Amino acid sequence: MSAVDTPEQESWFHRNQQRIAPWLFLAPGLLFFMVYVIIPVFQSFNLSLYEWDGLGSAEYVGFRNYEDLYWEWVDRDAFFVSLKNNLIWLILYLAAIPAGLFIALFLNQTVWGIRLYKSLFFFPFVISQVVVGLVFTWFYDPTFGLLNEFLGVFGIEPLNVLGDERFVTYGIIFAGLWPQTAYCMILYLTGLNAVDPEQIEAGRLDGAKGARMLWHIILPQLRPATFIAFVVTIIGALRSFDLISIMTQGGPFGSSRVLAYYMFEVALSEYGFRMGYGAAIAVILFLIMLCFIAYFLWSMYREERGH
Amino acid sequence: MFPKPIEKQSRAAQISYQAMLPLALLLWLGPLLAVALFSVKPAADFTNANYWGLPSSFEGAFNYGQVFFNSDMPRYLLNSFLITIPTVIGAVALSCMTGFALGIYKFKSNLWIFFMFVAGNFVPFQILMVPVRDLTLQLGLYNTKTGLVLFHIAFQTGFCTLFMRNFIRALPFELIEAARVEGISEWRIFWYVVLPLMKPAIAALSVLIFTFIWNDYFWAVVLTQGAESQPVTAGITSFNAQFRAAYQLMSAGSIVAALPPVAMFFLMQKHFIAGLTLGAVK
Repeated sequence: MSAVDTPEQESWFHRNQQRIAPWLFLAPGLLFFMVYVIIPVFQSFNLSLYEWDGLGSAEYVGFRNYEDLYWEWVDRDAFFVSLKNNLIWLILYLAAIPAGLFIALFLNQTVWGIRLYKSLFFFPFVISQVVVGLVFTWFYDPTFGLLNEFLGVFGIEPLNVLGDERFVTYGIIFAGLWPQTAYCMILYLTGLNAVDPEQIEAGRLDGAKGARMLWHIILPQLRPATFIAFVVTIIGALRSFDLISIMTQGGPFGSSRVLAYYMFEVALSEYGFRMGYGAAIAVILFLIMLCFIAYFLWSMYREERGH
Repeated sequence: MFPKPIEKQSRAAQISYQAMLPLALLLWLGPLLAVALFSVKPAADFTNANYWGLPSSFEGAFNYGQVFFNSDMPRYLLNSFLITIPTVIGAVALSCMTGFALGIYKFKSNLWIFFMFVAGNFVPFQILMVPVRDLTLQLGLYNTKTGLVLFHIAFQTGFCTLFMRNFIRALPFELIEAARVEGISEWRIFWYVVLPLMKPAIAALSVLIFTFIWNDYFWAVVLTQGAESQPVTAGITSFNAQFRAAYQLMSAGSIVAALPPVAMFFLMQKHFIAGLTLGAVK
């Protein structure tokens, strides 16, 4: 504000300071966010109506990209497989929430050293998904993986989880659940810490315990934690890319693709630079995500109104 | 406290709980411990199919030495730091200001701008991919650390704004009113009154963003290509191609790549968890 020199300007500025100040504070962040996030969303929408290899000039094709996607859907082709896998991811990834709650309940004690245990249980979330992917690729390895060593104890033939179309998506989701469960666990541990002890006592006097206590007294108080766990798990499921790229690159025979990975493949890999087609896939993924974003924003809006 | 404190239960329950803890941990971290074991084995163990036995000799120093002195790994690590640290500074600085603007001032479009930041933070990366890559190419920043940093700052500003705004909302508003009555300019209120109170939020966000950006893989692949600009998450695939089938080296490399955020987490645990669980408690 010291840049304002002349007295007339200064007085005008002073009079309107509270109206102008927020915009000056917003300007840099808003500019960055507009240029790199908001505008590109609209550009992608526009681009999905073109055919473009990323270098030459783009050719307007109307809704043909979407038509092609529709036929891929009808023919049970790559787009169908990706969409189906996205749905599997969405549903199975939610298992991180009860799993996280379970571990949080297990660790919510005050024995000696428990803090270190909590940190170590949280560990997988801090590691990059790339490393998680490598760790689990070796875990599933048919010749020396821990999984098959373990199955071998029960006399089960070695499974090639990542090489088998039937198992591959489930195998990757299981790897993804590892860090995601850790995240949900930490949310619930924080939530459990803040549960009102008087209500628990009141519940105990009424003879509630175990599962009934959990359901009727504890879970309602954990609602904010559950909401956040739900948000981050849904977002995480739809963003799944790193693990697929590291563990299988969409294979075998494209059976572990999801929309996020298929889009990348179409637009930026050896299959050619079909930017417009990729943008169309991204738009579909965006619209799916938009349903959830709208729900999240609606929840937040009601909350804001409540205040 | 729920569940019922174990101290109030029978001796047998206490002992079995104490015994179950390390077992559960071992099971939970099993795949990771396996990689740690691999990283100290000699190459001969893998050719002899001695995967799970004790290492026939302890080669930890040699394996990690290979990673540090005989590969591009130090380069990738340096790149990761040069990408992560400016991003943390940039995103936190920008969001201190946006958070302040949205948390303190009442104006018509306030909530809409706030929701725009929140919504933008949730969009799938793929819808940004082609335009952002194109923009970066046009700016001449493709395959540079700067290109990656600029995008990361912009994108993280969404999450950071959400965080900062909610944090500032919880500060006592009387402080600001008092300062205004004193005739202090808005900029000075931001700098001398609000910013010092935001230290815990800044600490929490810094560790979170550090971890997010260090672990980013998608944008590293989209916006960079070679060892001169790639961070360690993207570099590790080239590293693994270089040492194909040398499991002891790939394991050591993975552990090195994963270490900085882990160290950050253990050093700043309180802030890290405070940041992650913001809003999990009413």
